[in-house]
Amino acid sequence: MHQTFDAALGINLLHANQQGAEHNRAHFDQWGIICLNVMSSPGAGKTVLLERTLAALTNEFKIAVIEGDMTTELDANRLRQYNVPVIAINTGRSCHLDSKMVAGGIHCLAHEYNPSDFDLLLVENVGNLVCPAEFEVGEHAKVALLSVTEGEDKPLKYPVMFQEADCLLITKTDLAPYLEIDISQIEANVRQMNPHVTIIQVSAKTNDGLENWFNWLRNAVQSNTAKSVMSLT
Amino acid sequence: MHETDMTKALIATLQDWWKAQSEPKISCVHLVVGKFTCVEPLSLQFAFEVQSQNTFLEGTKLSIRETPLIAFCHHCQQEYHPEIGIQYACPQCHSPMEDIRSGRELKIDRVEYSTNTIEDTYAPNF
Ligand SMILES: Nc1nc2c(ncn2[C@@H]2O[C@H](COP(=O)(O)OP(=O)(O)O)[C@@H](O)[C@H]2O)c(=O)[nH]1
Ligand SMILES: [Mg+2]
Ligand SMILES: [Zn+2]
Ligand SMILES: [Zn+2]
Ligand SMILES: [Zn+2]
Repeated sequence: MHQTFDAALGINLLHANQQGAEHNRAHFDQWGIICLNVMSSPGAGKTVLLERTLAALTNEFKIAVIEGDMTTELDANRLRQYNVPVIAINTGRSCHLDSKMVAGGIHCLAHEYNPSDFDLLLVENVGNLVCPAEFEVGEHAKVALLSVTEGEDKPLKYPVMFQEADCLLITKTDLAPYLEIDISQIEANVRQMNPHVTIIQVSAKTNDGLENWFNWLRNAVQSNTAKSVMSLT
Repeated sequence: MHETDMTKALIATLQDWWKAQSEPKISCVHLVVGKFTCVEPLSLQFAFEVQSQNTFLEGTKLSIRETPLIAFCHHCQQEYHPEIGIQYACPQCHSPMEDIRSGRELKIDRVEYSTNTIEDTYAPNF
């Protein structure tokens, strides 16, 4: 005798990943850390941006890095020069970080350091414009990078990441004069699907615009600190 | 490639459910996948066939229903169909796409399964 049933589940396909992300976020909130998920296609300038960020802000905030983009094994070592904990995650052949991998990273951080000492966790995701946006890792905000060499049409063609981004950095602006690129068109294309995103143009070569990015970060960290102070009272 | 990970996530989620239901035989899993996601149904179908082998989902059918991208323009007070890859703003008033009504789904909608009754388990096998 067989009995057949039809069960309505209505569970998100990424339910397991989302639960993991909530676990991570609970840690961050308990430790008073703000976590940013930094995403782009390979080579858009994530690691260089993190280098500039660490060079400028390590005396203001206590920062840790999770390095998931292992295309060059040197990325993590480049960042370690700034004397911050850099947890390299071997993503294997995975094309994105998921919340479990990041959980491994933050448990490691909590094991070796006092996690409550940290203000900011920067997660460099795997270089890929498609799915990292779909796999949340517990971040408080998503930062997407698009370099001027990638063309105006990329936000239209890879919309999910640009639609989800809280902050978009248009990188390598020093190269714009050599290309036929209309940066205002990039911005317009992104705003078609994400009108409230903060867009910042930067060049890690000339340092143009980096101060605006640092201010965005300062603001993110300060509003998080304010929030945890509020929750204590 | 990420469909491999999506499938891993799908199997993990189903496994939680399956264990909670005292491990029934699942014959078909119905998914709803929006067009405004990073999931390609054909790749997902293929990945599922490969990855379900030798698991509790071996032989289970995967049925995928795609949903179109539909946005609602608050200025025009009406729905429209953005053209993925080309244009997302409202075609009438060019307001940005803000309110997505369909197309972001990545959902396990339903599961068809069967349980063996006790007589079945103890029935002699002629
Ligand atoms: N001209 C220029 N090159 C840059 C800039 N930012 C990064 N690059 C170069 O782009 C390449 C890839 O940068 P990287 O940070 O490794 O990219 P990732 O793969 O996103 O981490 C490197 O050769 C960098 O030197 C920039 O602002 N201007
Ligand atoms: Mg890198
Ligand atoms: Zn934990
Ligand atoms: Zn992926
Ligand atoms: Zn309209």
